[in-house]
Amino acid sequence: MHDLYNFVRGPLAWTAFFIFIAGSLYRIIKMFVMIKKKESFVFTFWSWKYSLRSIMHWLIPFGTVNMRMHPFMTIVTFIFHICLIIVPFFLFSHNVLWDESWNISCWSIPDPVADIMTIIVVLCIIFFLVRRLKEPEVRFLSTASDYFLLAIVALPFLTGFIAYHQWSSYQFWLILHILTGEIMLMAIPFTRLSHMLFAPFTRGYAGSEFGGVCHSRDW
Amino acid sequence: MPGFAANKVENILDEGIEKGGAKLDNKQIEDVIKSVLDTETGERLKIYVDTCVHCGLCSDACHHFLSMGRDPKYSPAGKVKRTLGEIFRKKGKVSPEFIKSASIIASTECNVCRRCSMYCPFGIDVAYMMKVVRRICHKLGVTALYIQDTAHSHSVTMNQMWVKEDEWVDTLQWQEEEAQAEFPKLRIPLEKEGAEIMYSVIAPEPKFQAQLIYQAAIIMNTAGIDWTMPATPGWDNSDMAMYTGDFEIMGRLKRSHFDTAARLKVKKIVMGECGHAFRSVYDVGNRWLGWKRPPVPIIHALEFYYDLLKAGKIKIREKYKKSVTLHDPCNVIRGGGLADKSRYVVNALCDNFIEMHPNREHNYCCNAGGGVINCGPPFKNKRMVSNKVKADQLIATGAEVLLSPCHNCYSGLEDIIGHYKINMEIKFISDIIYEVMEKPA
Repeated sequence: MHDLYNFVRGPLAWTAFFIFIAGSLYRIIKMFVMIKKKESFVFTFWSWKYSLRSIMHWLIPFGTVNMRMHPFMTIVTFIFHICLIIVPFFLFSHNVLWDESWNISCWSIPDPVADIMTIIVVLCIIFFLVRRLKEPEVRFLSTASDYFLLAIVALPFLTGFIAYHQWSSYQFWLILHILTGEIMLMAIPFTRLSHMLFAPFTRGYAGSEFGGVCHSRDW
Repeated sequence: MPGFAANKVENILDEGIEKGGAKLDNKQIEDVIKSVLDTETGERLKIYVDTCVHCGLCSDACHHFLSMGRDPKYSPAGKVKRTLGEIFRKKGKVSPEFIKSASIIASTECNVCRRCSMYCPFGIDVAYMMKVVRRICHKLGVTALYIQDTAHSHSVTMNQMWVKEDEWVDTLQWQEEEAQAEFPKLRIPLEKEGAEIMYSVIAPEPKFQAQLIYQAAIIMNTAGIDWTMPATPGWDNSDMAMYTGDFEIMGRLKRSHFDTAARLKVKKIVMGECGHAFRSVYDVGNRWLGWKRPPVPIIHALEFYYDLLKAGKIKIREKYKKSVTLHDPCNVIRGGGLADKSRYVVNALCDNFIEMHPNREHNYCCNAGGGVINCGPPFKNKRMVSNKVKADQLIATGAEVLLSPCHNCYSGLEDIIGHYKINMEIKFISDIIYEVMEKPA
């Protein structure tokens, strides 16, 4: 068990961070190179003003017609993404690791707050799962990979929660937590989770076309 | 009769698609798909496919989805799944039957109106993806018969309706004579080099709506515009080739249009009330020819009327009395940003303007545009059934008159009004201007 811990805490962690960062860079650089090579008009029509205008509207809760049409989904989506980003970065236990490894000390959120945010993430994922199963238009689009991805995102939070509360074998859950977290990191560049990388570009390009060429809004 | 409604929209046989499909073999399909995906598309398409998280939030944007009882296969992402999704999943190894159905989905179940881009959180351009499917089908020769005939007409005559050169000039002179009865000094100046404006129309105008040329002539003469119309091919600004995926023909059409304007040394092109032609001249065709912006400034009729009314070049004798509502065509409102100007025009002309909802960029499509109405009679019933949401939207306004500043929308909405027995007249804006303007004695 201890060896396994050392493995996921050491080499596998390095591998996961490397794959996440290198993979993300690869996908983004490849995007730029290929667009330059085959679709350079995207640069011609790209407008920072209209990209940012569109991105801002889509970053503000209820800033678009579609968000107002689906208020519950909007609230869940925003809360989910906020918690999903804040918890791993600002969790006290993670900060201790940053500090131990690289002497980076960072502001932390209180543990009870992190606890609640973790539960929120899991509840949101359950909502997404139910929505995927129950809403015909979402179910029609769903493939096995979509359910798999929900699991990949849910597991680090679920296992982290169990490990923190030390309900049963702490070390087992901790290892599982680290492992699933690493799987999620590695999955980001190569699965639909890559929307994290590409969303600013696709949204920005839509905004550029709508604003710069069509003189209209895209929200 | 059970299944009747389904038969109206499913199992439609189109001769062009059937005959085209019958000639296909699997190897050819695979090769064409590979060549389109490898040489004509790039990272953008891949990123769109990878970024879509299958959230289904685009569904409510689509009038097909909303009108077909929220059937998920008609949602924008649903249509991508049924076409490009399968092509990617099977790595291009799809059957002739699949290509036939993909052609029907991409050409008659999507109007490439781009409303869904405004509902997708990532701004994924589903219309572009449907046009890639159309391109593949075009290269395989599996395109609906009627719209393919139109593309042939473009190719042979440089206009959409097989109008011959002498018929074109003859029609203009005929309308000039007709209008001279009302306005003796009126001219439709042909081939006037150095005129400020070249006025261009789509071929249905000389073919069966010649009164629109008459009205345009009255407006131009009253406003004292220095204008001309070409007597050569290149007068037609329409472009169904853009919608069949025949970009080579599209390029020839747009080149001939711009070349004609350049030959006449005009300062700008003013075009009639047509939406798809605006998209083709203003946004798509110019890009194919390598122009970031059209080489000659393009003014849509709506903007031209706005300028005339704003400058007082057209005066209103008495405002139009009946209650009117306005349909916002995708290509000039979502695609051209003319929402405010069109409202200025309508309010300047009419006493009682009722907005329909949703409106402006968010208006529902007419279901005729994007080449769908041009796929012809086999798909007419389907086109009616799959735009019930438009009928409901029109009825809710309670207006007596529907204004449609786009030819495709006009014809499609006329069909909707007939099919759903809506008590509403439909008019172009120029019909109203002609009726309410002060004309010289």
